[in-house]
Amino acid sequence: MQIGNYIKILFFSLFLTFNAHAQHGEVKSEEKTSEKQEILDEIKEVKAHHLADSHDFTFVSTKEGTHIGFPLPVILWDNGLKIFSSSKFEHGEAVAEVAGNHYKIIHHKIYKTDAQGQVAEEHGHPSKAAAVLDFSITRNVVFILLVGLLMLWMFTSLAKSYAKNNGMPLGIGRFLEPVIIYVRDEIAIANIGEKHYKKYMPYLLTVFFFIWILNLLGLTPLGANVTGNIAITAGLALVTYLITTFTAKKDYWKHIFWMPGVPVPMKIALIPIELLGTIIKPFSLMIRLYANMFAGHVVLMSIVGLIFIYKSWVGGPLSFGLAFFLSILELLVAALQAYVFTMLSALYFASASEEHGDH
Amino acid sequence: MEGLNYIGAGLIVIGAGLGIGKIGGSAMEAIARQPEASGKIQVAMIIAAALIEGIGFAALFAA
Repeated sequence: MQIGNYIKILFFSLFLTFNAHAQHGEVKSEEKTSEKQEILDEIKEVKAHHLADSHDFTFVSTKEGTHIGFPLPVILWDNGLKIFSSSKFEHGEAVAEVAGNHYKIIHHKIYKTDAQGQVAEEHGHPSKAAAVLDFSITRNVVFILLVGLLMLWMFTSLAKSYAKNNGMPLGIGRFLEPVIIYVRDEIAIANIGEKHYKKYMPYLLTVFFFIWILNLLGLTPLGANVTGNIAITAGLALVTYLITTFTAKKDYWKHIFWMPGVPVPMKIALIPIELLGTIIKPFSLMIRLYANMFAGHVVLMSIVGLIFIYKSWVGGPLSFGLAFFLSILELLVAALQAYVFTMLSALYFASASEEHGDH
Repeated sequence: MEGLNYIGAGLIVIGAGLGIGKIGGSAMEAIARQPEASGKIQVAMIIAAALIEGIGFAALFAA
């Protein structure tokens, strides 16, 4: 949010000459500031709404309460499985009643409430009794499933086209094949080595295309912010961590617990550092992807918000130009972040699978 | 001491910016000296830049 504010201030001062702001009297300018504050707050709200996961799919919503979109299924575990449509929440405004229990969305999370929508509180926070396990098909889950199915279709059709066309890819496969070969040759073989790379190829390819496609989807007006959600990047990083840990050879553990070639006191001092290092590696993977995509979305939406701040002919072209430029930059970042995630995962796998004689 | 966290984050971002700038500059020099190794240099550059960037973002979000 900070970056957005700076950009706003910067361009506000640049284009001050175009503003009719200065011509008005003092009373009117005061009115205008409160109006401006309202618009800023509204833009902030739209941003927060876009960046967070939600229980329904809303493309357009107006101040008057019209929402264009569709509801998604809510699946709760609260002393038994409860499945109902998110339309019962009426976009977070109403209390949903299911089999005698009441639920309400408070700050994008579902809590158990009484009939009036009051949460049982403890020290100002919702108490443990109000918590429910939420397995809902939210907007992000929809996108994840969508991308999963898309990838399944893309790669099975590529595999089939090899059989049909004498080992030559057809259609979209013509585009996918060089990318797959690049991941294999430049990321997997270059880092892990000829001997062990095959074991890791399925994960590296999957994670590369998964992140890339989701990043690209985030640039469409569909409202996907999947890789900009820390829970999802945490999941991806966790898989990398688990694969690294469970495929690690003897030498990997030896380098952590009894570093060869250093004196004994140093060996002992290195154990906690190396152990911490194994956790920091996936942690940095998580933060990097999340922060990059999150920041990109925030800046892009702040630029689009310029239109509503200016309310004159300046805002439109200015916002369009900046957003266009930034979108092209984000296209690059989308591929780059997928590449970096895959590359670093491959590096961690390499350290896990390395054997004494491999150097 | 309100707002001090922003100053800290700003300092870290300046440091990260300097670091990435140094990496990019050194990579340019390296490529100019050995154009045939440009692929490997670029890969190493991106990895190093990504590692520094992670710290920068961590600072931004901590602030």
